Order: sequence, then C-alpha cells, then structure tokens
Amino acid sequence: MYSAAQLVLLFVVLSDLAVLGTTRLSSCIRGIAAQGLLLGLLPVLVAPQLSVHAVSLGVGTIVVKAIVLPWLLGRAIREAAVRREIEPLVGFIASQLLGVLAVALAFAIASRLPLPATTQPLLVPVSLATLMIGFIVLTTRRKALMQVIGYLILENGIYLFGLTQTESVPFLIELGVLLDVFVGVFIMGIVVFHINREFDSLDSTRLAELTD
Amino acid sequence: MTQESLVALALLAVVAPALPGIVVKTKSLLTGRRGPPVLQLYSDLWKLVRKGTVYSRTTTWVFRAGPLVALVSLLVAALFLPLDGRSAPATFAGDVIAFAGLLALGRFALVLAGMDTGSSFEGMGASREVTIASFAEPTLFLCFIALVLATGDLTLSGMLGTPLAAAWPRSGATLCLVGTSLFVLLLAENCRVPVDDPATHLELTMIHEVIVLDHSGPDLALILYGSALKLALFGVLVVSIFSPRAELSGPVAVAVLFAGLGVVAVLVGVVESVTARLRLTRVPQLLVGAGALALFGIILELR
Amino acid sequence: MRLLVIGALPLLVALAVLSVPAFRGRRVPVALLAAVALAHLGLVGSLWIAPESGTLGGWFAVDPLGLTVLTLTSILFLVTVTYAVGYLRREPPSSGRVFAGCLMAFLSAASVVALAQHLAMLWVGMEATTLSVAPLVFLRRDRRSLEATWKYLVISSVGIALALLGTFFLASAQGDVPGRPLVLPDLVAHARELHPAWLRAAFLFLLVGFGTKMGLAPMHTWKPDTYGEAPSLVSGLMAGALTSCAFLGIARITQVAMAAGLGPFAQPVLIGFGLLSLAVAAVFIVGQSDLKRLLAYSSVEHMGLLVLGLGLGGVGAYGSMLHLINNGLSKSWMFLAAGNVVLATGSSSATGNRGLVRTLPVSAGLLVLGLFAVTGSPPFGQFMSEFTILRAAINAGHPWIAAVMLLLLAIIFVGMAVLVLGMALGVPDPGSVPVRESGWLVLGPVALAATVLMLGVYIPGPLHDVLTQAAVALGGTAP
Repeated sequence: MYSAAQLVLLFVVLSDLAVLGTTRLSSCIRGIAAQGLLLGLLPVLVAPQLSVHAVSLGVGTIVVKAIVLPWLLGRAIREAAVRREIEPLVGFIASQLLGVLAVALAFAIASRLPLPATTQPLLVPVSLATLMIGFIVLTTRRKALMQVIGYLILENGIYLFGLTQTESVPFLIELGVLLDVFVGVFIMGIVVFHINREFDSLDSTRLAELTD
Repeated sequence: MTQESLVALALLAVVAPALPGIVVKTKSLLTGRRGPPVLQLYSDLWKLVRKGTVYSRTTTWVFRAGPLVALVSLLVAALFLPLDGRSAPATFAGDVIAFAGLLALGRFALVLAGMDTGSSFEGMGASREVTIASFAEPTLFLCFIALVLATGDLTLSGMLGTPLAAAWPRSGATLCLVGTSLFVLLLAENCRVPVDDPATHLELTMIHEVIVLDHSGPDLALILYGSALKLALFGVLVVSIFSPRAELSGPVAVAVLFAGLGVVAVLVGVVESVTARLRLTRVPQLLVGAGALALFGIILELR
Repeated sequence: MRLLVIGALPLLVALAVLSVPAFRGRRVPVALLAAVALAHLGLVGSLWIAPESGTLGGWFAVDPLGLTVLTLTSILFLVTVTYAVGYLRREPPSSGRVFAGCLMAFLSAASVVALAQHLAMLWVGMEATTLSVAPLVFLRRDRRSLEATWKYLVISSVGIALALLGTFFLASAQGDVPGRPLVLPDLVAHARELHPAWLRAAFLFLLVGFGTKMGLAPMHTWKPDTYGEAPSLVSGLMAGALTSCAFLGIARITQVAMAAGLGPFAQPVLIGFGLLSLAVAAVFIVGQSDLKRLLAYSSVEHMGLLVLGLGLGGVGAYGSMLHLINNGLSKSWMFLAAGNVVLATGSSSATGNRGLVRTLPVSAGLLVLGLFAVTGSPPFGQFMSEFTILRAAINAGHPWIAAVMLLLLAIIFVGMAVLVLGMALGVPDPGSVPVRESGWLVLGPVALAATVLMLGVYIPGPLHDVLTQAAVALGGTAP
C-alpha cells in the first residue's frame, strides 16, 4: 500500500507535468504554489522521527515556496498584464512528451544509483524528474516569467534530492538555501518588471541586442 | 458465454439511452433549470423510428450502411466487456485490440457515411473527427498497456475483472492515473465538452454533429442510440477500473455497475457545466496530456 | 572571533545602509565604504601575522587556499572603493544605498566563501555573491544592461543550482563515513572511504556549477555581455574577486578528489575544460571591437589557465595559485583603466576611441602595460605563473598541451594587441582634448600595476609559503 510520502511525491510529478502542459501563466503559478505546499509536507513525512528540524523546515518551505514566491510572481504578471505563454520553442505537445521522457529517464537512472536502504524509494527518481522538467521549462519557454518558474522547479528538484541527506545538511544551511532562493526570485521579479517596462513585453527572445 | 453475462448485456442495451438524459438533467439542474425528463431519449427514439427517411440523391449504399455498421460494431464490442466484474460473453487473449478496432470501425463507418454526401461541410466535420481520433486512439492503447502491465492479463475480462481487484493494493496509483485518462478519453470519444459541445448550434464549432447532419428517421435513431451505447461502453470501462466487483455476486455486481454508470453520467454533466469548450488546436494537447498520465502509470509499473 | 567579524561586519553595515532612512537619496556613503574596506583589509592582514584557529565547530577556518582568495578580495575591494571616490563624482548611481549595500554584501559573501570549511556554507556564500552583484550590473538601468543582467541572473542561478546538487551528491558520497558531514578537513581525512561513484558525480556537477560562475567555456556566454554592460568598477571586482571565489569552490572539490585518489578521473576533465576555454577565448578575441568585451574574453582565457594548471598537477597547482593573484590584480587594473576611457569618451568600443595616448595619457599607458601583463610578457607576474604551468605540462609528460597552450596564447596576444594598441596609438579624432584624469581614478590601477610588476620579479617569503602550502593541499608540489 502507498505511504503518504509516496502519494505526495506522485502528486509532485503530476504538478510538474501540469506546468509543462498549461498555457496560462496564472495556472503555472498556482502549480508552483501547489508544488511548494507538497514539498513542505515532505520533510515531516520523510524524516524517521518527528523533530523540530523537520517541522520548522517544512513550515519554512511552505511559507517561502507556497505563499511568498507565488505572491511575488503573481504581482509580476499583474504588473505586466500578461496572460498566456505563446507557443514555446519546442511546442506544448512536444514539451509534454519530453516531460514524460524525462520522468522515464529519471526512474531508469535512479534504479541504477546506489542508495542506502533508509531513503524513501521514490524520492530520488522524482527529484531527478523534477530537475529535468525544470530544465526543460527554463530552456524552452519564451516568456521571462516562465523561465523564472522553470528555475523554481529546478530548485525544487534539488531540494527533493537534499531531503535524502537530512542528517548531513544542518538546519542552518537549509535556511540559507531557502533564503537564497527567495532573494534570487525577488531580484528576478524586479528584473522582469523592468524588462516589461523597457521592452513592453516579457518575450525574452527580444533580448537579443548584445552580440559579438 | 454465461446466461448472466448475456442478460447483463441486454440490460445495458436497454439502460444506455438513459445516460445522456442524466447528463442533460445534471447540466440543467446545475444551471438552475428543470430540464427535460431523464427518459427523453427513449421518446425521441420512438418518434424517429416511426418517421420516414429522406436520402439525398448524391448518396450511395455507404450512407445507408453507416449507422447500421456503427451500431452493430458497438454491440459486438460490448460482448467483450465483463459486465458482472468477472467474465464477458466473449473473450480471447488480445481482445482489447478487437475492442478498440471495433470502436474505430464504428467511427470509420459514420465518417464515411458523412463524406458520402459529397458536401464540404461534412468533409470538414470528418477531418476534425478523425484528427481527434488520431490522438485518442494511441492514448486508449496506452491505457490498455498500463492495464496489461498492472494486471498481467491480456484479455478485457481479465483487465477489468478478477486480476484487477488483486492489482489494486499494488498498483493503486497506476490504476488511478489510467482511470483519469480513460475519463478524459470518454469526454473526447463521446464528443463532450471540453472537446466538442453537443448542444452547440453554431455550425463551425460542430465536430460530431456535422457528420450525422444528413441522417433522418430510423437512421438517426440508430445513430442516437449508438452514441448513447458508446457512452455506456466507456462508462463501463471507467467504472470497472474504479470499482473491481470480482468478489460480489452476479446481480449485485451488475447493480453496482449501473449505479456507477449513473455516477459517471452525473460527473460528465458536472464537467460539461464547469469547463469551457477548448479551442480546436488545444484538443490534441488535452489528449496528449491524458496520454502523458497513462505513460506515467506505465513508468510506475515498469519500475 | 576575527573570522566572524571579517565575514559579518560588511553584511551588517550593508543591512544598515539599506534599511536606515538616513541613507536615502543618490549620495553614496563613500566614507563608510572606505572605512569598511580598510577595517576588512586590516583584519585580513592581521591574519597573515597572527594566524587564527577555526570557529563555529570548525565550519570556518583560515587555510592557505582561503587566505589567498580572501586577501585578493580585500585588496581589490579597497582599490575599487578608492576608484569609486572619483567615479561617483562623474556618474552617480540612481540609488546610492543600493550601490553601497550591494558592494558590502558582496564583500561579506566573498569572505564567507573564502573562510568556509563546510562546503554547504561555501555554497551559500557563493549564491550570495551572485545575488549581491546582480543589482550592481544593472546600475545604468538601460536596455542593454537589463538584457545583460537577465542573462547573468538566469545562467548563474542555474549554475549555482547545479553546484548545490553537486554538494548534495558529495553528502551522499559521505554516507556512513565517519566525520562531520560536508566539512572539508574530515572529507579530506576520510577521502579514500568516500563512495567513488557519488564522488565523481559530485566533482562533475560542482565543476560545471562553479565553472559557470567562473566563466569557463562552454558556460561563459554570460560573461562578455555582463562585463561589457556593467560599470567598469563592478566588472573589475567581478573579474578579480568573484571568479577567484568560484575557483576556490572548484579547488575545494579537487582537494577532496585528489585525496581520494580520483586524480586520473579528475585531471583530464580539468585539462579539457581549460584548453576549451583557451580556444574559445582565442576565437572570440581575434576581431573583437569592444574593449570591455575583449577583457571579458581574456578573463575566460585566464580561467582556463587556472583550471589547466589545477588539472596538470605537479607544479601546475602552484602556478595556478600564483596566477590567481596575478590575474585578479591585473584584470581589475585593466577594467579600471577601461573605465576611465568610458568616463572620458562615453564608450569602450574601438570605433570611438583612437589615440588615447594623447587624450588620456595615464590610462592609455595603463592599458598598454596591462596588455603586456595580461598576455604573459615578462617582467610581469603572469609570465612567471604561465611559465610554471607550462613547466607542469612538460613535467607531466604532455608536451602537446604546452604547445597548444603557447599557440593559443600567441593568438590571444595578437588579437588583444590589435585592439588595445589600436585604441592607444593612432591619431585621435580632431576636437578631442586631453582629459584631466583625477588622482582617485588612477591611484588604484597604478598601485595594482606596481604590485603585479613586483610579483613578476620577486615573490615575498610569506606569500611563497602560503602558495606552497595551497599547492600541496591541491595535490601538487612547490616549484
């Protein structure tokens, strides 16, 4: 039977595929918020026993990834009045299929990696899949905001992998990582705002003046 | 071929026209109207059967054969479904392919009948219908592959019968994904919102209605009945996945099936009321998304 | 205790500047910046005289590698602040406190990177350097710098994310091995027991991740745009200090890899990246028409040399460490001189600038001398370090690497000389008058030039000792 952690991890993959397939930017932001919520539940579910470390990490993750960051991004689209992503460089259907391919690859690779028996079996494949899907979104989408969302998904994948090492990575570092992600997205949000003001669109293919 | 399974099939054939009625009733209630009675389709069929038919001079025997072929293929396909949760009237290894093929044959016959009229309008509807089908068919096969992997059985009675109940504890997530994917396919194959709006009166937004536009009288009755039966067949697929009834006795299992069909019809009505019709270019994306869910289920099984 | 102050003081002052309302407005609190810079340099200097043991459970400590990078960063920061005194009088930024706050946050983050013995802490510092520099790149607030900032942010963030993954892989490699997780001395001590597959993966991801921050090819694509569009003093600081911090990250994982016996795996990879960077730099330098972009590609070249030296082993490690210092100092000097050109004429491209020897004599002289320094001519310091790396290549039995390196360096020299000499010599546009060069604007670069000249002739004893210890830690030897 499935444990709660496994169900949460499966929903994380579903949220990845959902972000890949949707065209509306607000749906993508909601997908990211949902993913943040799921990721916040995981430290508590994965830890062998309940500890202050796990609970505070979970709460911190939910606050940053599920509440603050989506709010920041939501403000950015409202400022820019952008609604939909235009056809990305790879195409929506191809992205979906690429995403599933990434999931398959992740499961294949993860089955070959030597891992200690205590870790949750689905954690590594889902983290690798999320990583790859984040990379796909980052590199194939045109709107600057989608690239930020791709970066966030990439970070989520790395965070998931970090959960396999909860004993080695102390709480202070996790806080530092969360803070870095927050400040990073904050600065990116400001730049996106300026891009919209300067270029009157969030289409990053317009950022092509600098060249050799 | 047991007697019980044949009786169940006959019951399904009788009950099928009630399902579109339930869908329309749900939609009406959700929008604050009383709506037509649930059994309205029976009255419509009875009225149509007593009318005469008009055939255009440009049509040939293809046009007259279309509705009949469509209905017969659906009835034969229904023979493969285990309605009592254990065994179907007909079964052999690989009958999933026969099932999918018969459904495709029915659609093919209707499309040909539509194109036989020589009108470009039906041609447009035909091309749209076939485009959607070309995305729906692979997705259907992906769902079946996932089921084969989960239950280890190559027959439909196995995939939806006893081995399915045994597979639930092990492959629950896969089965949920396949069930969701099949529900999306149900919406696509039966021309429901968000793929196609059955109640639209704007010609350029029609897909399925265009093809059946020229049929009248008993032919139209056959087509309407056939589409209700198709809805019932897909409903059986979805219900069987979510409620394995191998443990229950025959009559109880069939009763549970019909109750499940009612739930599916209500669900379709809710979905039709809540979502908007997708732009035609987005329909392939929806179907690929459903296919992605099924693929994910396959990956989980192969792990 | 001193370590804590070195790391935290600039950050605290930065936070104060950013939040206290008294600092609003366009004026940059230069005096405050200078005070912090001097205090920082003083403390770092005291570390040379009276070494200090670690703090915070061994998470922070001074070791030869870190001390080198920390000193370099501190010196460059002071020079940058000195230059800023003159620069800000001519081109004040739109928000003075963002400028000051980000600079000081950068200093703090770089100090954390240099002092960190816990590799995850190093990562946090590295990410902080990325983020603190981004608003500085965007200082001019026009379309081109916006585009440069966006590319810089996206590419660097992805690189840093991959480095984080590499850090987690390293933690997986440690697994059940005794010792504090991810703490460098323990990693090195138990290196042979680390899981080899995870360690290899960690090495690769950390190399690619930190290599993106360094600007190694093929992850260098953000460099020319960013260095070209950012104000010169920011570019100089980035080219000198930020790249050195990123190199430190790579050096740390190399330390662990060498101690674990993964030399045969790690060295060819490092050599490959090094030669690729040299080749890419050579291709893009020839025919380059913009001074700052030229310097950016030169930075790619020198990063390649650093990694090449690291990969060759033997005396190459010593050569890399020496080159780190020489490169940091001379890049900063070149960028500041280029900054003077931009201040005077408004652009750094060759089309607008000719005959600078007549209009900007001191800066032009600095540029020409810098050309010779950066391309490795004696008597400047780079000659010694590049020669050491060449020797390492021959000692290691790869004379072909030495040949390729010489060929590419020659091509780069020709390419750079064409642009720099073309800008410095020649007939200036009629109507251009000699510009008075403020003392503040040339003091820093001249001091740096003198230092690099000295290092080419004589390396002070304490410095030699520290560099030797660093080279040994990296699995190499002293010359």
